[in-house]
Amino acid sequence: MWTRLIALIVKELLSVWRDRKSRFVLVVPPLVQLFVFSYAATYDVTNVRIAVFNEDAGAPSHDLIARFEDAPDFARVLHLGSEAGIAEAIDSKEAVLVVHLGPGFSRDLLAGAPARAQLILDGRGSNTAQVVMGYATSIINNFNRDWAAAHSVPVLPAPLIERAWFNPNLMSLWVVVPGLVGILTQVVALVVTALSVARERELGTFDQLLVTPLRPWEILVGKIVPALLIGLAEGTVIVVAALFWFRVPLVGSLLLLYASLFVFLLSIIGVGLFISALSGTQQQAILGAFLFLVPAIILSGFATPIENMPEFIQALTLGNPMRHFLTIVQGIFLKDLPAELVFARIWPMAAIGFVTLGSAVWLFRHRLR
Amino acid sequence: MTGPLVTIDDITCRFGKRTALQGICADIAPGQVTGLVGPDGAGKTTLIRLIAGLLRPHSGHITVCGFDSVGQAEAIHGVVGYMPQRFGLYEDLTVAENLNLNADLRAVTGQERSQAFERLLGFTGLAPFTKRLAGALSGGMKQKLGLACTLIRPPRLLLLDEPSVGVDPLSRRELWRMVHELVDQGIGVLWSTAYLDEAERCGSVLLLNDGKLLNSGAPRGMTDRISGRTFVVRGLDPAGKRLVLDRARQRVGVIDALIQGRNIRLVMAEGAAAPTANELEAGADAAVEPVRPRFEDAFVSLLRGQGLTSNTGALPQGRTSETPPGDPDAVVEARDLTRRFGSFTAVDRISFAVRRAEIFGLLGPNGAGKSTTFKMLCGLLPITSGTARLTGLSLAEAPALARARLGYMSQKFSLYPDLSVQQNLEFFAGAYGLSGRTRREAVGGMKEGFGLEPFAASNAGELPLGFKQRLALACAIMHGPAILFLDEPTSGVDPLTRREFWSHINAMAGQGVTVLVTTHFMDEAEYCDRVGIVYGGVMIATASPDDLKEQARTPDLPDPSLEDAFIRLIERHDRDRKAAA
Amino acid sequence: MMTQGAARRLRLKGLVVKETLQILRDPSSLLIAFVLPVLLLLLFGYGVSLDANHIRIALVVENPTPEAERFIASFANSSYFEVDVMRHRATAEEDLVAGRMDGVVVLRADFAARLGQWDMAPIQLLLDGTEANTAHIVRGYAEGVWLAWARQEAMSRGLPIAIPVVAEPRIWFNPELRSRNFLVPGLIAINMTLIGTLLTSLVVAREWERGTMEALISTQTGLPELLAGKLIPYFVLGMTAMALSVAMAVFQFGVPIRGSLMVLFGASAIFLVGALAMGLLISTVTRNQFVAGQVAIVSGFLPAFMLSGFVFEIGSMPGWIQVLTHAVAARYFVSTLQTVFLAGDIWSVILPDLGAMTLIALVFLAATSVRTRKRLD
Repeated sequence: MWTRLIALIVKELLSVWRDRKSRFVLVVPPLVQLFVFSYAATYDVTNVRIAVFNEDAGAPSHDLIARFEDAPDFARVLHLGSEAGIAEAIDSKEAVLVVHLGPGFSRDLLAGAPARAQLILDGRGSNTAQVVMGYATSIINNFNRDWAAAHSVPVLPAPLIERAWFNPNLMSLWVVVPGLVGILTQVVALVVTALSVARERELGTFDQLLVTPLRPWEILVGKIVPALLIGLAEGTVIVVAALFWFRVPLVGSLLLLYASLFVFLLSIIGVGLFISALSGTQQQAILGAFLFLVPAIILSGFATPIENMPEFIQALTLGNPMRHFLTIVQGIFLKDLPAELVFARIWPMAAIGFVTLGSAVWLFRHRLR
Repeated sequence: MTGPLVTIDDITCRFGKRTALQGICADIAPGQVTGLVGPDGAGKTTLIRLIAGLLRPHSGHITVCGFDSVGQAEAIHGVVGYMPQRFGLYEDLTVAENLNLNADLRAVTGQERSQAFERLLGFTGLAPFTKRLAGALSGGMKQKLGLACTLIRPPRLLLLDEPSVGVDPLSRRELWRMVHELVDQGIGVLWSTAYLDEAERCGSVLLLNDGKLLNSGAPRGMTDRISGRTFVVRGLDPAGKRLVLDRARQRVGVIDALIQGRNIRLVMAEGAAAPTANELEAGADAAVEPVRPRFEDAFVSLLRGQGLTSNTGALPQGRTSETPPGDPDAVVEARDLTRRFGSFTAVDRISFAVRRAEIFGLLGPNGAGKSTTFKMLCGLLPITSGTARLTGLSLAEAPALARARLGYMSQKFSLYPDLSVQQNLEFFAGAYGLSGRTRREAVGGMKEGFGLEPFAASNAGELPLGFKQRLALACAIMHGPAILFLDEPTSGVDPLTRREFWSHINAMAGQGVTVLVTTHFMDEAEYCDRVGIVYGGVMIATASPDDLKEQARTPDLPDPSLEDAFIRLIERHDRDRKAAA
Repeated sequence: MMTQGAARRLRLKGLVVKETLQILRDPSSLLIAFVLPVLLLLLFGYGVSLDANHIRIALVVENPTPEAERFIASFANSSYFEVDVMRHRATAEEDLVAGRMDGVVVLRADFAARLGQWDMAPIQLLLDGTEANTAHIVRGYAEGVWLAWARQEAMSRGLPIAIPVVAEPRIWFNPELRSRNFLVPGLIAINMTLIGTLLTSLVVAREWERGTMEALISTQTGLPELLAGKLIPYFVLGMTAMALSVAMAVFQFGVPIRGSLMVLFGASAIFLVGALAMGLLISTVTRNQFVAGQVAIVSGFLPAFMLSGFVFEIGSMPGWIQVLTHAVAARYFVSTLQTVFLAGDIWSVILPDLGAMTLIALVFLAATSVRTRKRLD
């Protein structure tokens, strides 16, 4: 039995590696995606273009505007000459934010009356607008605090001190790159398994396998183990890139990470085999993999938080192995997720794996009979 | 106009480093069928595409109806009808929709269109099927539709690329009839084929091999050259005929020797005398008689004459071919084998038994059920009812044990193209559970026996076709199977490679291996000890090739070929069924 | 014999009819053209949201006093927060690690005593940095609540408090900041890339694989008919899918449409021609469905998703990626879509976008007609 299994596994690894097309699929797209996604998939809001329409001549207004000009996340400040310029700047996307200070700004401020600073935001990008609004409010709050201190104005009862744990500068990169460990290994493991049987069907070698004394379960193990090894290797490459190229900290246990990756891959390979058993050609297998991958990634919490989704979709995501693995991988990288919390996420993946592998095996036997 | 339709002037065509055609000069005349004959990879398709103006030659010129194939390709497209391999049909369109599209493309409208449709549908017999999807047609009907599409505006030159591949002998005859009608109207036809027997029906033949034109002219011219050099050894003892074949092969002056049913066919070198029956130790009743040469004899002698001899040296030994247990008269046994797909019965109660060391052929048109039967026998397809036993073992009850005793080679030479020869051998050895020293010996033995050593490190996908076939056979017999299943093992292979392949198979049968083979080549069926003819899901006859021919003998057809016998059997079966219904 | 022009029109008609029949009969065409876009629209319309409306926040009150109660009330009254009050900081921190909480606000035991002394009574807000984007939003909302509480608190104590500068945000086009309003229009660009590039590249590659292209080019059909015969049916298919997407956006998801439909369809037409030409180019170069599919996904679908500004802000990407985005037609289309849907016909945005899309479409069309030859080599 071992002779046959080892022969199968060696054959599978060799044929994946020696085929130019599949070697390309394994190496180039994941690497390109790793770099492009890491840098492009960002919710960081930087280099923001803003504009100012200042109708006030007093020193305080210039002081406030100087603070906007010095803020690191704002690229440049456009000075508008008229009220009409506001609409133009926002409409034409010249500026995401326009700060409008009315003619009485300094007068009100010195008189102790609330001075108004109007913030006009482009809502076409709601997320950006929200973050930019946060930036602007912080600048105004800081201005207020300094003004209060300098002019001995009675102050607010208690300040709010903020601190972000695990990722002090709230960098998207630190969140995205660990997520890619999951996303990209999922794509590779899925495509390798989905294509493997379809390719053998096209070559006619699948029949050749079936007439050897190999039993159906041996053929399946011979497909699962190589995909597992390839997935682990791919995952390792991305972890290494995360640590040494993107400099993302890894504070948790590497062992736990690999244990979860192992279970995660099994559940994905189950899906891949299922697609493989269903499809007759490589074309169908690719289409099937694509149809699974798009929702699996969107509903994993990689792009947008799960808790923003409606209840029934949140329930749906529990069946998505990627969702569980994403929590684990980001948790282990950034916050040393304790072992019991990791296991709380591993067992759902194990359950999903049991179902997907089980139904793939069933489907295979069914299609062979 | 009496000049040639096409003039091919010193054409050379390369793809990358590979030279596909070299220095071809030929003419194609109107009003006759010109056969473009040669094995796969000889350059036939390239030449047709060059004539159609779809490829640019590296050097040389082609003139078609007075137009240059490079500069005036558009004009050529107006006078040429071209049917590519696989007929170029849209399989998800119906027959009528395919015809309409082609009428639109060829600007045939109104009255002219309806007349053309009527003429073509009648001509091809497709009229009842106009609403059927082209993909749902049989191979023969697809081919007729493909032909009809190219004939909507009658061309002056018709280019047909392997029109008879995947088409049963009946449809092949139909097609020839239709093409001859066209030729009578003065159309020139270029017909490319790998079947050498088709060459004899052409008015003129261009014989291509490995990118070079070996010969051109009337087929008679070629066969005449070897007249008086072809013989048949009759009256052989069936058990000893393979030994006689071996002795004939080793004689000086024998260019070609092959089994033809009960007999052995010989082609002698120029000036060499035929051996006597005694010299061949062929037995008391044996006699050597001269026969009329066939085109294939001429082709083989031409190739062998060029020093293209093939290696039929040491025969590889299967690991061990122990006498399998069970009944030696029923090593492979099918009893009432039936397979239904939904309401369609693909195989209907087929029964037969194959003796130990027998070569048994399953012969039949595409879709007749021979592949389905074959797949059930080797366990690739579940059986609806009936039983299949290999060496007495049922595939359903002891699949792994039964499979360990069989070797399987499919028509696609199912190898892993990206694995090297060595890796392919190692893998299949492992899949059959050979390990350690046994595996090394088996792999080494196969490499040596099949002459694969020089290629051990090359990828299987890059091997020449003949070596691919050897490797596929090596992988199938490495574990010393008692039964060998061969599914269309020599389709697309040139005659020399096919001869070599069969010499291996003969040797294995000589060692006691039982061989089951499917084929649609009539001459391949002649290598078999017995053939079963499958038609419409039923086994309509089981007999030796000679007995089948005997049954078809009539006063007006005193020496029927196996193809004649085959067609006659099918026609009789159809008649009987109609009468019964 | 008919004239050259009439023959040409007849051939074109034949090709268009053939292609249309094939689309209607091929399940995978309909899958990519209709099922996939609807699936994506539903996923994005319902499933994907950047709007945090249910922020789970832990309020750690080490010493429950009336002052602390008032603070709690102001968070509990906010519609953005789901508040969980705890006594111990350690419990809350565990929840933050486990991802059960998006943020933790800590009121220390001496909160009430030190209230009123600006430097002495800090309220701490801890954020979960593993959800960087949510953290930004949580911070914004928490600051708002805090500010409102602080003013209330000062007033109730009769402190002569005045906020020196009051920020008055006005959000144009999308006052509720619904992310759906910009995601759904952007998705139309993705869907049209799928149809234009992925589907077209697959079907043309299929003609090469099945040998039907060889039969086509051996007739007198010219290049312009060959290309137009492919472009026209898929153009109609793409525009149909586009109309379907717009209808779903407006009626299903309530996205406003403030510009004119004419501009919307005009821009879509230009974008679609470019996407179709790209699909034709890919299939002409690869002539193989497997490779064509891969290339179409990597060079068409992924850039449209990642580099178009559809979800991710282009301005925040590194410079070299920003340069890349200029070659992505979807970038201009997404910008036009978001503007036409949410803002209106703002020509200063739309005209440059249309110009860029036209240029890209022309480049692809030119490349396709140069690469497509009526020959097999």
